[in-house]
Amino acid sequence: MHPVTTVHYLALSAALLLIGTVGVLTRRNIVVILMSIELILNAVNINLIAFSHAWHNVGGQVFAIFVITDAVAEAAVGLGILIALFRNKETVQADEIDLLKW
Amino acid sequence: MPASPIFNPTDLIRFLPEIILTAMGTLIMVLDPLLNRRESKVYGTLSLATLLAAILAAIYAYSDAGPAFGGMLIVDGFATFFRVLVLGVGILTILPSFSFLKRQQAETSEFHALLLFSIAGQSIMAAANDLIIIFIGLEISSIASYILAGYLRDDKRANEAALKYFLLGSFATGFFLYGVALIYGETGSINLSVVHAVVTGPDAPLPVMVGLAAALMFVGLAFKVSASPFQIWAPDVYQGAPTPVSAFLSAGPKAAAFAIFLRIFMTAFAPIGHAWAPLVWASALLSMTIGNFAALLQTNVKRMLAYSSIAHAGYVMVALASRSEVGIAAAMFYLAAYACMNVGAFAVVSHLSGKGERYQSIEDFAGLAQKQPFVAAMLSIFLLSLIGVPLTGGFFGKFYIFKAALESHLVWLTVLGLLNSAVAAYYYLRLLVMMYFRDPGEAASSAEPLTPAFSAALILPAIGTLVLGIFPGWVLDFAGRSASLVK
Repeated sequence: MHPVTTVHYLALSAALLLIGTVGVLTRRNIVVILMSIELILNAVNINLIAFSHAWHNVGGQVFAIFVITDAVAEAAVGLGILIALFRNKETVQADEIDLLKW
Repeated sequence: MPASPIFNPTDLIRFLPEIILTAMGTLIMVLDPLLNRRESKVYGTLSLATLLAAILAAIYAYSDAGPAFGGMLIVDGFATFFRVLVLGVGILTILPSFSFLKRQQAETSEFHALLLFSIAGQSIMAAANDLIIIFIGLEISSIASYILAGYLRDDKRANEAALKYFLLGSFATGFFLYGVALIYGETGSINLSVVHAVVTGPDAPLPVMVGLAAALMFVGLAFKVSASPFQIWAPDVYQGAPTPVSAFLSAGPKAAAFAIFLRIFMTAFAPIGHAWAPLVWASALLSMTIGNFAALLQTNVKRMLAYSSIAHAGYVMVALASRSEVGIAAAMFYLAAYACMNVGAFAVVSHLSGKGERYQSIEDFAGLAQKQPFVAAMLSIFLLSLIGVPLTGGFFGKFYIFKAALESHLVWLTVLGLLNSAVAAYYYLRLLVMMYFRDPGEAASSAEPLTPAFSAALILPAIGTLVLGIFPGWVLDFAGRSASLVK
Protein backbone atom coordinates (compact mmCIF):
# COMPACT_ATOMS: atom_id res chain seq x y z
CA MET A 1 0.00 0.00 0.00
CA HIS A 2 1.30 3.40 -0.93
CA PRO A 3 0.58 6.17 1.54
CA VAL A 4 -1.67 8.98 0.35
CA THR A 5 0.49 12.07 -0.15
CA THR A 6 -0.21 15.70 -0.97
CA VAL A 7 0.43 14.95 -4.62
CA HIS A 8 -2.49 12.51 -4.68
CA TYR A 9 -4.79 15.17 -3.30
CA LEU A 10 -3.54 17.65 -5.86
CA ALA A 11 -4.24 15.20 -8.67
CA LEU A 12 -7.77 14.62 -7.38
CA SER A 13 -8.30 18.35 -7.08
CA ALA A 14 -6.98 19.03 -10.58
CA ALA A 15 -9.28 16.32 -11.96
CA LEU A 16 -12.28 17.91 -10.22
CA LEU A 17 -11.31 21.33 -11.60
CA LEU A 18 -11.14 19.85 -15.08
CA ILE A 19 -14.49 18.04 -14.77
CA GLY A 20 -16.10 21.19 -13.40
CA THR A 21 -14.70 23.38 -16.16
CA VAL A 22 -15.77 20.99 -18.90
CA GLY A 23 -19.17 20.78 -17.27
CA VAL A 24 -19.67 24.54 -17.21
CA LEU A 25 -18.54 24.90 -20.81
CA THR A 26 -20.44 22.01 -22.39
CA ARG A 27 -23.63 21.48 -20.38
CA ARG A 28 -26.84 23.25 -21.37
CA ASN A 29 -28.92 22.64 -18.26
CA ILE A 30 -28.33 25.51 -15.83
CA VAL A 31 -28.76 23.32 -12.76
CA VAL A 32 -25.97 21.07 -14.04
CA ILE A 33 -23.81 24.15 -14.69
CA LEU A 34 -24.40 25.17 -11.07
CA MET A 35 -23.33 21.72 -9.93
CA SER A 36 -20.19 21.98 -12.03
CA ILE A 37 -19.32 25.30 -10.37
CA GLU A 38 -19.74 23.60 -6.98
CA LEU A 39 -17.29 20.93 -8.16
CA ILE A 40 -14.69 23.62 -8.88
CA LEU A 41 -15.17 25.10 -5.41
CA ASN A 42 -14.77 21.63 -3.89
CA ALA A 43 -11.58 21.16 -5.87
CA VAL A 44 -10.34 24.35 -4.19
CA ASN A 45 -11.33 22.99 -0.79
CA ILE A 46 -9.44 19.73 -1.29
CA ASN A 47 -6.38 21.74 -2.26
CA LEU A 48 -6.67 24.01 0.76
CA ILE A 49 -7.05 21.13 3.21
CA ALA A 50 -4.20 19.14 1.67
CA PHE A 51 -1.89 22.15 1.82
CA SER A 52 -3.03 22.95 5.34
CA HIS A 53 -2.04 19.40 6.33
CA ALA A 54 1.28 19.61 4.51
CA TRP A 55 2.24 22.95 6.10
CA HIS A 56 0.90 22.03 9.56
CA ASN A 57 -0.90 25.35 9.39
CA VAL A 58 -4.56 25.75 10.22
CA GLY A 59 -5.08 28.74 7.90
CA GLY A 60 -6.10 26.57 4.95
CA GLN A 61 -8.82 24.84 6.92
CA VAL A 62 -10.26 28.16 8.04
CA PHE A 63 -10.18 29.29 4.43
CA ALA A 64 -12.04 26.15 3.37
CA ILE A 65 -14.83 26.93 5.84
CA PHE A 66 -15.17 30.37 4.28
CA VAL A 67 -15.27 28.81 0.81
CA ILE A 68 -18.03 26.41 1.90
CA THR A 69 -20.04 29.30 3.34
CA ASP A 70 -19.58 31.25 0.17
CA ALA A 71 -20.63 28.27 -1.95
CA VAL A 72 -23.87 28.04 0.03
CA ALA A 73 -24.59 31.75 -0.40
CA GLU A 74 -23.85 31.51 -4.10
CA ALA A 75 -26.08 28.48 -4.55
CA ALA A 76 -28.93 30.23 -2.73
CA VAL A 77 -28.67 33.34 -4.87
CA GLY A 78 -28.13 31.36 -8.06
CA LEU A 79 -31.19 29.16 -7.55
CA GLY A 80 -33.21 32.25 -6.60
CA ILE A 81 -32.24 33.94 -9.85
CA LEU A 82 -33.02 30.74 -11.76
CA ILE A 83 -36.49 30.51 -10.18
CA ALA A 84 -37.19 34.16 -11.04
CA LEU A 85 -36.21 33.40 -14.62
CA PHE A 86 -38.25 30.20 -14.72
CA ARG A 87 -41.37 32.09 -13.67
CA ASN A 88 -41.09 34.42 -16.64
CA LYS A 89 -39.76 31.98 -19.17
CA GLU A 90 -40.25 28.31 -18.52
CA THR A 91 -36.83 26.92 -19.28
CA VAL A 92 -33.62 25.94 -17.55
CA GLN A 93 -31.70 25.41 -20.78
CA ALA A 94 -28.87 27.89 -21.23
CA ASP A 95 -29.23 28.04 -25.02
CA GLU A 96 -32.90 29.01 -24.82
CA ILE A 97 -32.05 32.09 -22.75
CA ASP A 98 -31.21 34.31 -25.66
CA LEU A 99 -33.07 37.62 -25.41
CA LEU A 100 -29.72 39.33 -25.10
CA LYS A 101 -27.32 37.99 -27.68
CA TRP A 102 -24.39 36.23 -26.05
CA MET B 1 -4.75 43.41 31.54
CA PRO B 2 -3.55 43.03 27.93
CA ALA B 3 -5.61 44.62 25.20
CA SER B 4 -8.19 42.29 23.73
CA PRO B 5 -6.97 40.96 20.37
CA ILE B 6 -10.50 41.06 18.99
CA PHE B 7 -11.81 44.44 20.15
CA ASN B 8 -8.77 46.54 19.67
CA PRO B 9 -10.03 50.12 19.17
CA THR B 10 -7.38 50.95 16.55
CA ASP B 11 -8.44 47.97 14.43
CA LEU B 12 -12.09 48.88 14.72
CA ILE B 13 -11.49 52.48 13.65
CA ARG B 14 -9.54 51.29 10.61
CA PHE B 15 -12.49 49.04 9.78
CA LEU B 16 -15.14 51.68 10.55
CA PRO B 17 -16.40 52.39 7.00
CA GLU B 18 -17.30 48.72 6.46
CA ILE B 19 -18.90 48.50 9.92
CA ILE B 20 -21.11 51.51 9.17
CA LEU B 21 -22.15 50.14 5.76
CA THR B 22 -23.00 46.67 7.05
CA ALA B 23 -24.86 47.93 10.11
CA MET B 24 -26.95 50.38 8.10
CA GLY B 25 -27.65 47.85 5.36
CA THR B 26 -28.96 45.45 7.99
CA LEU B 27 -30.96 48.25 9.64
CA ILE B 28 -32.68 49.03 6.34
CA MET B 29 -33.72 45.40 5.99
CA VAL B 30 -35.12 45.46 9.54
CA LEU B 31 -36.97 48.74 8.92
CA ASP B 32 -38.56 47.45 5.72
CA PRO B 33 -41.45 45.49 7.29
CA LEU B 34 -41.99 48.19 9.93
CA LEU B 35 -42.34 51.20 7.66
CA ASN B 36 -44.95 51.99 5.09
CA ARG B 37 -43.89 50.61 1.72
CA ARG B 38 -44.87 53.81 -0.05
CA GLU B 39 -42.37 55.79 2.00
CA SER B 40 -39.87 55.09 -0.70
CA LYS B 41 -37.53 58.02 -0.15
CA VAL B 42 -36.63 57.06 3.42
CA TYR B 43 -34.26 54.27 2.45
CA GLY B 44 -32.49 56.22 -0.23
CA THR B 45 -31.94 59.20 2.05
CA LEU B 46 -30.71 56.87 4.79
CA SER B 47 -28.30 55.22 2.35
CA LEU B 48 -26.95 58.58 1.21
CA ALA B 49 -26.32 59.57 4.83
CA THR B 50 -24.65 56.19 5.43
CA LEU B 51 -22.33 56.60 2.46
CA LEU B 52 -21.38 60.13 3.53
CA ALA B 53 -20.65 58.86 7.04
CA ALA B 54 -18.57 56.02 5.60
CA ILE B 55 -16.55 58.48 3.49
CA LEU B 56 -15.83 60.55 6.61
CA ALA B 57 -14.90 57.35 8.47
CA ALA B 58 -12.57 56.31 5.65
CA ILE B 59 -10.83 59.70 5.73
CA TYR B 60 -10.66 59.62 9.51
CA ALA B 61 -9.17 56.12 9.43
CA TYR B 62 -6.45 57.43 7.10
CA SER B 63 -5.41 60.02 9.71
CA ASP B 64 -4.08 57.04 11.68
CA ALA B 65 -3.02 54.80 8.80
CA GLY B 66 -1.62 51.33 9.26
CA PRO B 67 -2.51 47.63 9.28
CA ALA B 68 -5.49 46.22 11.15
CA PHE B 69 -6.42 42.76 12.41
CA GLY B 70 -2.89 41.39 12.33
CA GLY B 71 -2.13 42.64 8.83
CA MET B 72 -5.28 41.27 7.20
CA LEU B 73 -6.41 44.78 6.34
CA ILE B 74 -4.19 47.68 5.56
CA VAL B 75 -5.31 51.29 5.63
CA ASP B 76 -2.94 53.23 3.40
CA GLY B 77 -3.36 55.95 0.80
CA PHE B 78 -4.19 53.39 -1.89
CA ALA B 79 -6.93 51.80 0.26
CA THR B 80 -8.36 55.18 1.22
CA PHE B 81 -8.39 56.35 -2.40
CA PHE B 82 -10.39 53.32 -3.54
CA ARG B 83 -12.64 53.35 -0.49
CA VAL B 84 -13.66 56.95 -1.17
CA LEU B 85 -14.01 56.13 -4.87
CA VAL B 86 -16.41 53.19 -4.41
CA LEU B 87 -18.38 55.08 -1.75
CA GLY B 88 -18.64 58.04 -4.12
CA VAL B 89 -19.86 55.74 -6.89
CA GLY B 90 -22.49 54.53 -4.43
CA ILE B 91 -23.74 58.09 -3.91
CA LEU B 92 -23.84 58.70 -7.65
CA THR B 93 -25.83 55.48 -8.07
CA ILE B 94 -28.42 56.31 -5.44
CA LEU B 95 -29.14 59.85 -6.65
CA PRO B 96 -30.61 58.84 -10.05
CA SER B 97 -32.22 55.71 -8.58
CA PHE B 98 -34.91 57.71 -6.71
CA SER B 99 -36.78 58.62 -9.86
CA PHE B 100 -35.84 55.36 -11.59
CA LEU B 101 -37.29 53.07 -8.90
CA LYS B 102 -40.42 55.20 -8.69
CA ARG B 103 -40.88 55.01 -12.46
CA GLN B 104 -40.48 51.22 -12.51
CA GLN B 105 -42.65 50.89 -9.37
CA ALA B 106 -39.97 48.78 -7.72
CA GLU B 107 -39.33 48.14 -4.04
CA THR B 108 -36.77 50.55 -2.65
CA SER B 109 -35.60 49.09 0.65
CA GLU B 110 -33.99 45.94 -0.75
CA PHE B 111 -32.34 47.88 -3.54
CA HIS B 112 -30.57 50.17 -1.09
CA ALA B 113 -29.71 47.42 1.38
CA LEU B 114 -28.12 45.33 -1.40
CA LEU B 115 -26.31 48.37 -2.72
CA LEU B 116 -24.84 49.09 0.72
CA PHE B 117 -23.74 45.46 1.11
CA SER B 118 -22.14 45.45 -2.30
CA ILE B 119 -20.28 48.68 -1.51
CA ALA B 120 -19.18 47.23 1.84
CA GLY B 121 -17.61 44.34 -0.07
CA GLN B 122 -15.83 46.72 -2.43
CA SER B 123 -14.60 48.80 0.47
CA ILE B 124 -13.16 45.64 2.05
CA MET B 125 -11.45 44.80 -1.23
CA ALA B 126 -9.88 48.26 -1.31
CA ALA B 127 -8.26 47.77 2.08
CA ALA B 128 -7.58 44.01 1.99
CA ASN B 129 -4.02 42.79 2.30
CA ASP B 130 -4.77 39.12 2.67
CA LEU B 131 -6.15 36.74 0.08
CA ILE B 132 -8.91 35.45 2.36
CA ILE B 133 -10.14 39.00 2.99
CA ILE B 134 -9.88 39.81 -0.70
CA PHE B 135 -11.97 36.73 -1.46
CA ILE B 136 -14.61 37.63 1.15
CA GLY B 137 -14.83 41.23 -0.06
CA LEU B 138 -15.04 40.08 -3.67
CA GLU B 139 -17.88 37.70 -2.91
CA ILE B 140 -19.85 40.13 -0.73
CA SER B 141 -19.63 42.61 -3.56
CA SER B 142 -20.40 40.06 -6.30
CA ILE B 143 -23.31 38.22 -4.69
CA ALA B 144 -25.11 41.48 -3.91
CA SER B 145 -24.42 42.63 -7.49
CA TYR B 146 -25.89 39.44 -8.99
CA ILE B 147 -29.18 40.17 -7.23
CA LEU B 148 -29.07 43.85 -8.16
CA ALA B 149 -28.61 42.96 -11.84
CA GLY B 150 -31.88 41.01 -11.71
CA TYR B 151 -33.62 43.49 -9.46
CA LEU B 152 -36.62 44.06 -11.74
CA ARG B 153 -37.65 40.47 -11.42
CA ASP B 154 -40.63 40.59 -13.77
CA ASP B 155 -38.39 41.77 -16.57
CA LYS B 156 -37.10 38.90 -18.69
CA ARG B 157 -34.03 40.82 -19.79
CA ALA B 158 -33.10 41.53 -16.17
CA ASN B 159 -33.55 37.85 -15.27
CA GLU B 160 -31.30 36.86 -18.09
CA ALA B 161 -28.68 39.47 -17.22
CA ALA B 162 -28.62 38.31 -13.59
CA LEU B 163 -28.31 34.67 -14.57
CA LYS B 164 -25.46 35.24 -17.00
CA TYR B 165 -23.67 37.49 -14.55
CA PHE B 166 -24.10 34.93 -11.81
CA LEU B 167 -22.99 31.87 -13.80
CA LEU B 168 -19.92 33.44 -15.35
CA GLY B 169 -19.12 35.36 -12.15
CA SER B 170 -19.06 32.30 -9.93
CA PHE B 171 -17.14 30.38 -12.59
CA ALA B 172 -14.48 33.10 -12.52
CA THR B 173 -14.44 33.11 -8.72
CA GLY B 174 -13.69 29.39 -8.84
CA PHE B 175 -10.57 30.02 -10.92
CA PHE B 176 -9.48 32.88 -8.69
CA LEU B 177 -9.85 30.66 -5.63
CA TYR B 178 -7.90 27.84 -7.25
CA GLY B 179 -5.07 30.29 -7.79
CA VAL B 180 -5.30 31.40 -4.15
CA ALA B 181 -5.13 27.76 -3.00
CA LEU B 182 -2.01 27.19 -5.10
CA ILE B 183 -0.35 30.29 -3.64
CA TYR B 184 -1.16 29.03 -0.18
CA GLY B 185 0.36 25.66 -1.05
CA GLU B 186 3.53 27.20 -2.47
CA THR B 187 4.21 29.77 0.23
CA GLY B 188 2.29 28.56 3.28
CA SER B 189 0.66 31.95 3.64
CA ILE B 190 -2.19 33.98 2.21
CA ASN B 191 -0.96 37.34 3.47
CA LEU B 192 0.22 39.39 0.51
CA SER B 193 3.18 40.88 2.38
CA VAL B 194 4.32 37.41 3.49
CA VAL B 195 3.79 35.95 0.01
CA HIS B 196 5.89 38.77 -1.43
CA ALA B 197 8.64 38.09 1.10
CA VAL B 198 8.63 34.34 0.37
CA VAL B 199 8.60 34.77 -3.42
CA THR B 200 11.59 37.13 -3.29
CA GLY B 201 13.35 35.19 -0.52
CA PRO B 202 15.86 32.32 -0.65
CA ASP B 203 13.23 29.56 -0.33
CA ALA B 204 11.20 30.87 -3.25
CA PRO B 205 8.90 28.32 -4.87
CA LEU B 206 9.41 27.45 -8.52
CA PRO B 207 8.56 30.48 -10.67
CA VAL B 208 6.47 28.19 -12.89
CA MET B 209 4.22 27.29 -9.99
CA VAL B 210 3.82 30.91 -8.90
CA GLY B 211 3.14 31.77 -12.52
CA LEU B 212 0.41 29.14 -12.71
CA ALA B 213 -1.28 30.61 -9.63
CA ALA B 214 -0.90 34.10 -11.08
CA ALA B 215 -2.47 32.97 -14.35
CA LEU B 216 -5.48 31.44 -12.58
CA MET B 217 -5.99 34.56 -10.49
CA PHE B 218 -5.57 36.66 -13.63
CA VAL B 219 -8.50 34.79 -15.20
CA GLY B 220 -10.72 35.49 -12.20
CA LEU B 221 -9.78 39.14 -11.90
CA ALA B 222 -9.85 39.89 -15.63
CA PHE B 223 -13.41 38.61 -15.59
CA LYS B 224 -14.35 40.95 -12.74
CA VAL B 225 -12.89 43.99 -14.51
CA SER B 226 -14.40 42.83 -17.84
CA ALA B 227 -11.08 42.73 -19.66
CA SER B 228 -10.69 40.58 -22.78
CA PRO B 229 -10.85 37.67 -23.36
CA PHE B 230 -13.19 37.42 -20.38
CA GLN B 231 -15.48 40.32 -21.27
CA ILE B 232 -18.31 38.37 -22.94
CA TRP B 233 -20.73 38.80 -20.05
CA ALA B 234 -20.45 42.59 -19.83
CA PRO B 235 -22.61 43.75 -22.77
CA ASP B 236 -25.47 41.39 -21.89
CA VAL B 237 -25.40 42.25 -18.22
CA TYR B 238 -25.13 46.02 -18.67
CA GLN B 239 -27.89 45.97 -21.24
CA GLY B 240 -30.30 43.78 -19.27
CA ALA B 241 -29.71 45.15 -15.78
CA PRO B 242 -31.69 48.16 -14.50
CA THR B 243 -29.80 51.23 -15.74
CA PRO B 244 -28.69 52.63 -12.36
CA VAL B 245 -27.35 49.15 -11.60
CA SER B 246 -25.47 49.10 -14.92
CA ALA B 247 -23.94 52.42 -13.92
CA PHE B 248 -22.93 50.96 -10.60
CA LEU B 249 -21.55 47.71 -12.06
CA SER B 250 -19.49 49.55 -14.64
CA ALA B 251 -17.78 51.70 -12.01
CA GLY B 252 -17.86 50.36 -8.43
CA PRO B 253 -17.07 46.63 -8.71
CA LYS B 254 -14.70 47.39 -11.54
CA ALA B 255 -12.70 49.95 -9.54
CA ALA B 256 -12.55 47.62 -6.53
CA ALA B 257 -11.50 44.68 -8.71
CA PHE B 258 -8.74 46.81 -10.23
CA ALA B 259 -7.68 47.77 -6.70
CA ILE B 260 -7.09 44.13 -5.75
CA PHE B 261 -5.68 43.41 -9.23
CA LEU B 262 -3.04 46.11 -8.69
CA ARG B 263 -2.40 45.15 -5.10
CA ILE B 264 -1.94 41.43 -5.78
CA PHE B 265 0.06 41.75 -8.97
CA MET B 266 2.22 44.64 -7.81
CA THR B 267 3.06 43.06 -4.43
CA ALA B 268 2.84 39.27 -4.30
CA PHE B 269 3.47 38.69 -8.00
CA ALA B 270 5.76 41.68 -8.61
CA PRO B 271 8.88 39.46 -8.56
CA ILE B 272 7.60 37.43 -11.53
CA GLY B 273 6.38 40.53 -13.35
CA HIS B 274 8.25 39.66 -16.54
CA ALA B 275 6.16 36.46 -16.74
CA TRP B 276 2.70 38.01 -16.43
CA ALA B 277 3.43 41.26 -18.27
CA PRO B 278 2.83 39.71 -21.74
CA LEU B 279 -0.55 38.40 -20.56
CA VAL B 280 -1.59 41.85 -19.39
CA TRP B 281 -0.18 43.39 -22.56
CA ALA B 282 -2.27 41.11 -24.76
CA SER B 283 -5.36 41.55 -22.62
CA ALA B 284 -5.00 45.34 -22.72
CA LEU B 285 -4.72 45.40 -26.50
CA LEU B 286 -7.58 42.93 -27.01
CA SER B 287 -9.87 44.79 -24.60
CA MET B 288 -9.26 48.15 -26.24
CA THR B 289 -9.70 46.79 -29.76
CA ILE B 290 -12.69 44.53 -29.18
CA GLY B 291 -14.38 47.11 -26.97
CA ASN B 292 -14.02 50.01 -29.37
CA PHE B 293 -14.78 48.18 -32.60
CA ALA B 294 -17.79 46.36 -31.18
CA ALA B 295 -19.10 49.63 -29.74
CA LEU B 296 -19.09 51.08 -33.26
CA LEU B 297 -21.71 48.53 -34.33
CA GLN B 298 -24.18 48.97 -31.47
CA THR B 299 -27.59 50.57 -31.72
CA ASN B 300 -28.49 50.16 -28.05
CA VAL B 301 -26.87 52.85 -25.90
CA LYS B 302 -26.45 50.67 -22.83
CA ARG B 303 -24.75 48.01 -24.92
CA MET B 304 -22.54 50.64 -26.53
CA LEU B 305 -21.52 51.97 -23.12
CA ALA B 306 -20.81 48.37 -22.06
CA TYR B 307 -18.39 47.86 -24.94
CA SER B 308 -16.89 51.26 -24.20
CA SER B 309 -16.41 50.14 -20.61
CA ILE B 310 -14.51 47.08 -21.88
CA ALA B 311 -12.28 49.41 -23.88
CA HIS B 312 -11.69 51.58 -20.81
CA ALA B 313 -10.75 48.49 -18.80
CA GLY B 314 -8.19 47.94 -21.56
CA TYR B 315 -6.68 51.38 -20.97
CA VAL B 316 -6.28 50.62 -17.26
CA MET B 317 -4.65 47.30 -18.21
CA VAL B 318 -2.10 49.35 -20.17
CA ALA B 319 -1.27 51.11 -16.91
CA LEU B 320 -0.89 47.73 -15.20
CA ALA B 321 1.31 46.46 -18.04
CA SER B 322 3.75 49.30 -17.39
CA ARG B 323 4.49 47.71 -13.98
CA SER B 324 5.66 50.91 -12.31
CA GLU B 325 4.49 53.20 -9.55
CA VAL B 326 3.76 55.83 -12.18
CA GLY B 327 1.51 53.25 -13.81
CA ILE B 328 -0.33 52.50 -10.57
CA ALA B 329 -0.92 56.21 -9.97
CA ALA B 330 -2.14 56.61 -13.56
CA ALA B 331 -4.53 53.67 -13.13
CA MET B 332 -5.91 55.21 -9.92
CA PHE B 333 -6.42 58.57 -11.59
CA TYR B 334 -8.04 56.98 -14.62
CA LEU B 335 -10.46 54.90 -12.55
CA ALA B 336 -11.58 58.04 -10.68
CA ALA B 337 -12.14 59.94 -13.94
CA TYR B 338 -13.81 56.93 -15.53
CA ALA B 339 -16.17 56.49 -12.58
CA CYS B 340 -17.35 60.12 -12.87
CA MET B 341 -17.93 60.17 -16.60
CA ASN B 342 -19.38 56.70 -16.98
CA VAL B 343 -21.81 56.85 -14.06
CA GLY B 344 -22.91 60.25 -15.33
CA ALA B 345 -23.53 58.92 -18.84
CA PHE B 346 -25.54 55.98 -17.53
CA ALA B 347 -27.57 58.36 -15.34
CA VAL B 348 -28.70 60.22 -18.47
CA VAL B 349 -29.69 56.92 -20.10
CA SER B 350 -31.70 56.01 -17.02
CA HIS B 351 -33.44 59.39 -17.16
CA LEU B 352 -34.37 59.06 -20.80
CA SER B 353 -35.29 55.39 -20.94
CA GLY B 354 -38.79 55.88 -19.50
CA LYS B 355 -41.14 53.38 -17.94
CA GLY B 356 -40.16 49.76 -18.59
CA GLU B 357 -36.87 51.06 -20.03
CA ARG B 358 -38.31 51.34 -23.52
CA TYR B 359 -36.03 54.02 -24.94
CA GLN B 360 -32.48 52.74 -25.09
CA SER B 361 -31.48 53.10 -28.70
CA ILE B 362 -29.20 55.80 -30.04
CA GLU B 363 -32.07 57.25 -32.12
CA ASP B 364 -33.97 57.91 -28.90
CA PHE B 365 -31.45 60.61 -28.03
CA ALA B 366 -32.54 62.66 -31.03
CA GLY B 367 -33.28 66.26 -30.18
CA LEU B 368 -32.57 65.93 -26.48
CA ALA B 369 -30.77 69.28 -26.60
CA GLN B 370 -33.98 71.06 -27.65
CA LYS B 371 -36.18 69.47 -25.03
CA GLN B 372 -33.80 69.29 -22.08
CA PRO B 373 -30.71 71.37 -22.82
CA PHE B 374 -29.28 70.90 -19.34
CA VAL B 375 -29.30 67.09 -19.57
CA ALA B 376 -27.81 67.25 -23.05
CA ALA B 377 -25.05 69.59 -21.87
CA MET B 378 -24.14 67.31 -18.98
CA LEU B 379 -24.10 64.23 -21.25
CA SER B 380 -21.85 66.17 -23.64
CA ILE B 381 -19.33 66.71 -20.85
CA PHE B 382 -19.34 62.99 -20.06
CA LEU B 383 -19.03 61.96 -23.70
CA LEU B 384 -16.22 64.43 -24.38
CA SER B 385 -14.43 63.07 -21.33
CA LEU B 386 -14.94 59.48 -22.53
CA ILE B 387 -13.40 60.52 -25.85
CA GLY B 388 -10.52 62.13 -23.96
CA VAL B 389 -10.86 65.76 -24.99
CA PRO B 390 -8.59 68.19 -23.06
CA LEU B 391 -10.00 69.97 -19.99
CA THR B 392 -11.79 66.76 -18.97
CA GLY B 393 -10.67 64.01 -16.59
CA GLY B 394 -10.66 61.46 -19.39
CA PHE B 395 -7.93 63.37 -21.23
CA PHE B 396 -5.50 63.44 -18.32
CA GLY B 397 -6.38 59.85 -17.44
CA LYS B 398 -5.32 58.65 -20.88
CA PHE B 399 -2.36 61.04 -20.93
CA TYR B 400 -0.92 59.71 -17.67
CA ILE B 401 -1.54 56.08 -18.65
CA PHE B 402 0.22 56.37 -21.99
CA LYS B 403 3.00 58.42 -20.40
CA ALA B 404 3.54 55.62 -17.87
CA ALA B 405 3.47 53.06 -20.70
CA LEU B 406 6.11 55.00 -22.66
CA GLU B 407 8.32 55.29 -19.59
CA SER B 408 8.18 51.48 -19.39
CA HIS B 409 9.05 51.25 -23.12
CA LEU B 410 5.66 49.90 -24.18
CA VAL B 411 5.82 51.84 -27.44
CA TRP B 412 3.61 49.56 -29.53
CA LEU B 413 0.93 49.32 -26.89
CA THR B 414 0.89 53.13 -26.65
CA VAL B 415 0.60 53.57 -30.40
CA LEU B 416 -2.19 51.00 -30.71
CA GLY B 417 -3.94 52.46 -27.68
CA LEU B 418 -3.90 55.95 -29.15
CA LEU B 419 -5.26 54.66 -32.46
CA ASN B 420 -8.00 53.00 -30.48
CA SER B 421 -8.91 56.28 -28.78
CA ALA B 422 -9.37 57.80 -32.21
CA VAL B 423 -11.75 55.01 -33.23
CA ALA B 424 -13.66 55.49 -29.98
CA ALA B 425 -14.32 59.15 -30.75
CA TYR B 426 -16.64 58.11 -33.58
CA TYR B 427 -19.31 56.35 -31.59
CA TYR B 428 -19.36 58.94 -28.81
CA LEU B 429 -19.66 61.75 -31.34
CA ARG B 430 -22.53 59.92 -33.04
CA LEU B 431 -24.52 60.30 -29.83
CA LEU B 432 -23.60 63.99 -29.59
CA VAL B 433 -24.71 64.63 -33.17
CA MET B 434 -27.96 62.83 -32.46
CA MET B 435 -28.67 65.03 -29.44
CA TYR B 436 -27.87 68.36 -31.06
CA PHE B 437 -28.61 68.07 -34.77
CA ARG B 438 -31.79 65.99 -34.98
CA ASP B 439 -35.40 66.81 -34.31
CA PRO B 440 -36.82 65.53 -31.05
CA GLY B 441 -38.39 62.08 -31.19
CA GLU B 442 -40.84 60.34 -28.92
CA ALA B 443 -38.29 59.61 -26.19
CA ALA B 444 -36.93 63.13 -25.80
CA SER B 445 -40.44 64.60 -25.86
CA SER B 446 -41.74 62.27 -23.17
CA ALA B 447 -38.73 62.59 -20.84
CA GLU B 448 -39.74 63.45 -17.30
CA PRO B 449 -38.92 66.85 -15.80
CA LEU B 450 -35.79 66.99 -13.68
CA THR B 451 -35.95 66.30 -9.97
CA PRO B 452 -33.44 67.91 -7.56
CA ALA B 453 -31.86 64.52 -6.76
CA PHE B 454 -31.46 63.72 -10.43
CA SER B 455 -29.93 67.12 -11.17
CA ALA B 456 -27.43 66.45 -8.41
CA ALA B 457 -26.74 63.05 -10.02
CA LEU B 458 -25.66 64.88 -13.17
CA ILE B 459 -23.94 67.91 -11.65
CA LEU B 460 -21.73 66.02 -9.20
CA PRO B 461 -20.05 63.71 -11.75
CA ALA B 462 -19.78 66.65 -14.19
CA ILE B 463 -17.96 68.67 -11.54
CA GLY B 464 -15.77 65.65 -10.82
CA THR B 465 -14.94 65.22 -14.52
CA LEU B 466 -14.06 68.89 -14.94
CA VAL B 467 -12.06 69.18 -11.72
CA LEU B 468 -10.00 66.14 -12.72
CA GLY B 469 -9.49 67.74 -16.12
CA ILE B 470 -8.58 71.24 -14.96
CA PHE B 471 -6.79 70.53 -11.68
CA PRO B 472 -5.49 66.97 -12.24
CA GLY B 473 -2.65 67.59 -9.79
CA TRP B 474 -4.93 67.44 -6.76
CA VAL B 475 -5.78 63.81 -7.33
CA LEU B 476 -2.63 62.74 -9.13
CA ASP B 477 -0.34 63.93 -6.32
CA PHE B 478 -2.27 61.86 -3.83
CA ALA B 479 -2.26 58.86 -6.17
CA GLY B 480 1.47 59.23 -6.74
CA ARG B 481 2.17 59.30 -3.02
CA SER B 482 -0.03 56.23 -2.46
CA ALA B 483 1.33 54.13 -5.29
CA SER B 484 4.11 52.27 -3.46
CA LEU B 485 2.26 49.12 -2.56
CA VAL B 486 5.12 46.90 -1.41
CA LYS B 487 5.44 47.56 2.29
